[in-house]
Amino acid sequence: MEIPYTVTPRKDTGLYNAKVGIWLFLASEVMLFGALFSSYVLLRVGAPFWPEGLLNIPIGTFNTWVLITSSVTVVMCWANLKLGNFNKARVYLGLTILCALGFVGIKTVEYNDKFTHYTIRFTNDVTAAAFLKEAYGNDDEATRSGVFANTYGVPDSKVVAKNKELPPPRFLEITGHLEGNPHFVTLKKLKAKNAETITFIPDALNQGKKEKGAAPDPAHDHKKVTVKMSELVYLSAYTPQRNTYFAIYFTLTGLHAAHVIGGALVMAYLFFTGRRWWQKAPEQYTNRIEVAGLFWHFVDLVWIFLFPVLYLL
Amino acid sequence: MAATHSTTHTAHEAHAHHEPGFWRKYIFSTDHKVIGIQYGITALLFLFFGFLLMAAMRWQIAYPGEPIPVAGKIIGWLLGAEAATMIPGGIMSPDLYNAFGAMHGTIMVFLAIVPLAFAAFGNYVVPLQIGAPDMAFPRINMVSYQCFFMGGVVMLASFFIPGGAARSGWTSYSPLASMADLTNRVDGQTFWLIGMVLLITSSLLGAVNFIATIIQLRAKGMSWMRLPFFVWAQFVTGFLLLLAFPPLEAAGVMQLMDNVLDTSFFLPSGLVISGQPVDVSGGGSPLLWQHLFWFLGHPEVYVLILPAMGIVAEIIACNTRKPLWGYKALVHSVLAIGFLSFIVWAHHMYLTGMGTKISTFFQTTTMIISIPSVIILTALFLSLWGGSIRFNTPMLFALAFLPMFGIGGLTGLPLGFNASDILLHDTYYVIAHFHYVVAPGTIFALFAGIYFWFPKATGRFMSEGLGRIHFVLSFVFMNLIFGPMFLQGLAGMLRRMSDGGAAYSLAQNPGIEGALSDAIINLNKGVSMAAWGLGLSQIPFIINFFWSIKHGKKVPSDNPWQATTLEWQTPTPPPHGNFAVEPEVHRGPYDYSVPGAKSDYSPQNQSH
Amino acid sequence: MGDHSSPEQLKKDIRVYLAIFVALLVGTVLTVWLYYIHIPNVKVTIAIALLVASVKSFLVAGYFMHLLSEKKVIYATLAATGFFFVALMALTLWSMNDFPKFTEVFGNK
Repeated sequence: MEIPYTVTPRKDTGLYNAKVGIWLFLASEVMLFGALFSSYVLLRVGAPFWPEGLLNIPIGTFNTWVLITSSVTVVMCWANLKLGNFNKARVYLGLTILCALGFVGIKTVEYNDKFTHYTIRFTNDVTAAAFLKEAYGNDDEATRSGVFANTYGVPDSKVVAKNKELPPPRFLEITGHLEGNPHFVTLKKLKAKNAETITFIPDALNQGKKEKGAAPDPAHDHKKVTVKMSELVYLSAYTPQRNTYFAIYFTLTGLHAAHVIGGALVMAYLFFTGRRWWQKAPEQYTNRIEVAGLFWHFVDLVWIFLFPVLYLL
Repeated sequence: MAATHSTTHTAHEAHAHHEPGFWRKYIFSTDHKVIGIQYGITALLFLFFGFLLMAAMRWQIAYPGEPIPVAGKIIGWLLGAEAATMIPGGIMSPDLYNAFGAMHGTIMVFLAIVPLAFAAFGNYVVPLQIGAPDMAFPRINMVSYQCFFMGGVVMLASFFIPGGAARSGWTSYSPLASMADLTNRVDGQTFWLIGMVLLITSSLLGAVNFIATIIQLRAKGMSWMRLPFFVWAQFVTGFLLLLAFPPLEAAGVMQLMDNVLDTSFFLPSGLVISGQPVDVSGGGSPLLWQHLFWFLGHPEVYVLILPAMGIVAEIIACNTRKPLWGYKALVHSVLAIGFLSFIVWAHHMYLTGMGTKISTFFQTTTMIISIPSVIILTALFLSLWGGSIRFNTPMLFALAFLPMFGIGGLTGLPLGFNASDILLHDTYYVIAHFHYVVAPGTIFALFAGIYFWFPKATGRFMSEGLGRIHFVLSFVFMNLIFGPMFLQGLAGMLRRMSDGGAAYSLAQNPGIEGALSDAIINLNKGVSMAAWGLGLSQIPFIINFFWSIKHGKKVPSDNPWQATTLEWQTPTPPPHGNFAVEPEVHRGPYDYSVPGAKSDYSPQNQSH
Repeated sequence: MGDHSSPEQLKKDIRVYLAIFVALLVGTVLTVWLYYIHIPNVKVTIAIALLVASVKSFLVAGYFMHLLSEKKVIYATLAATGFFFVALMALTLWSMNDFPKFTEVFGNK
């Protein structure tokens, strides 16, 4: 006895089995990402400062386009199968897979940028002020507020409004790059290697969310400063342990990227087995594309919310 | 016409289909019945293992600081190098006690009861009861079992890694869960989380499969209100698993990040351990973990109990020889429970200092959810009225379920009110309450189910004599274990103390008001004896189970209990594909003693 | 939308899909543009961004996923899911922000 309704819909529900299955699965996915979104909201509401402009918006926008395009191509693939144009459908399916790969590739570049971007903090006000003077030529309030704006990516006015006065230099977290752009360096690792100094390239001031009139100071861009290890109390890349913002950012986008990769694998399977499948059981193949497409649209949907929430707000 | 088509099809298949080999038939099977049995046997083994953990802990509670006779040596030998710190000289260390406690809870809930109640019985019985040839997605079904099995292996393996198994309770509250073992990077908690992610994946796949099967594969004429109550219970349970588990999966991923990648999702700022500030960014929320955990945790309670109610309903209807009282009310109640169980979770968290408004909200929903539960229990009790009851072993267990679940449920009310919960929170009263629901409640229903469906799966009855011995001893010992715990809890004895409350006893704190009296402390010994007695009373069951597979009394027909539901209208044991003729349903599930009918039962597929 | 079986209907649908594609691209640009012009009121920014995202997701779910012409079983499942998701988020947020203030418990000292 074969299992009924694997291809043709059941009369009273109007659905074939896999469609019921995928929608149930998507319901559980809604709860999975819903829980993470809830966590995001809670962490953000509870945080004294929430970083705002630390992600690369042009790249994020482009990646959003890539994912939207893949969503259209997969629905076009299904529509063409319905019309009987297998070859055209195959092209659309191929495009979808390419978009998926493109999305993951771009995301990798973005991740890489974060893993080579560093934050340092000094042992005391004196060493910190000396560093500010060397890096930016000044340690006055404007410089410190520019550094602060880099840490959280927030505009100056917000720093002042929220903090009343700026933290003393030793609490400032100065952002920049290490010479040679190494990944995942930590104080512990440097100490284990007996490093005595590091070469730090601080970011230009006010790199975060731009405000009118707060233009970055090009004169001090990419200046190399040698810092003694003994003067540092903190050094971390923009990794998940940097703060809860990056923790939730990497968790949400990482989980989303895992979904993209999973979806791409399924599409690749459908792509390579497609012709024989289509000749043998066209209706079943069309259904499989529809089901895979539903999953793919959901992945797109999640990104539609992730993008503004993580990049823009 | 459909019938002829399917017969020819089966005949055709019988010719074309050669017998699959051992691996395909028993290990990588896609047949729902084989998978059901796989789940059942694995879960029973875990049930026994979870019990053994507790049996060892009960020694430490009753005789704190004394070496465990015999078992202490065995545990030490099993733990190998870790034994020196974990169980020095056969004395259970607090760390080992905590590990056993956490794993007892985890194993019992996620590896024993849920797989047994939902997956094993669900897999075996649901497709048969709705007249389906198999589950909707047989391969996903197989993967679901494999994920479950791997999850179990990971959990078991965690006992033997450096530092031992997770030891922060089955609830794994942060920051304790991330900080309990600071010496090992990959610790028991990491294993616990990986194991949980596998188990959750398994549950999700299972839930999708069950719901899709019930929606799509009901036989012709099997309308929603003709479904046996057990199928309804499984349907709602499926939705609970489907929608409540993902938030815990999210939380599990986040805690895994906290443990392995040093994030601070659940770690607050300014965390200091042993006088040392912890090297994390902070800014996380420990309460967030509790919310996400209990968002699953509470529906999980109903995952444990609903299938049990379903089993009991089937057995009561069959053995009273009359229709269930209030079938519609039962169905609506089970739907209401499913719905409400999602919005009561924070009654586990009254002591986190929540405000009065939100406490009142959760207190109110908690009181409301007790209404459908009471309706179900009442309907089952009323079903007995005027029946000609057959007191066979499954019925004895099913009947015992009713008062046991009643005690468990009613003692939950004081915990649902936040004023009284402040007194009772985290005491043995809580332990007694939920064990009454799950142990003599759900487990009795599961035993009833095993005795009831065993003849369908094997073609032989289990021994009635051994079954009765098993029942009487289990019933007595269960009550001797959990009854006294109410008293201990009311006296203020806290749970999760590795010395059984000795540190707070009057003996060690003379003259302190509110310290635990000797009488309360001494109950520990009696409870422990009863627990070990309960273990021994399972021997008749184990013998019965294996002996009856080969030597039990053969069933006289395919329908030995003269039951109405479809699983009894198949060959015994049901072949691959289940039904010889595609069944067509003509009546409701409980047409017992229909006036004017030829016999006192009218199977669902009987047209006249 | 109705049923997708007839070729004429499908060809019409394809035009709809392409129109939505353009709408989605434009919607993305709109949100980003709003970010750059920088509305001083944070609440308005969040509201607009979420509104645009909601419209986009409505288009994807409604048309690409055919949710506007789906069957009852799926609507029921998704309705329940939506309700529980809102419950999870709202009740958690509520309970995390309904802590008695220190001063309410211990007075103003």
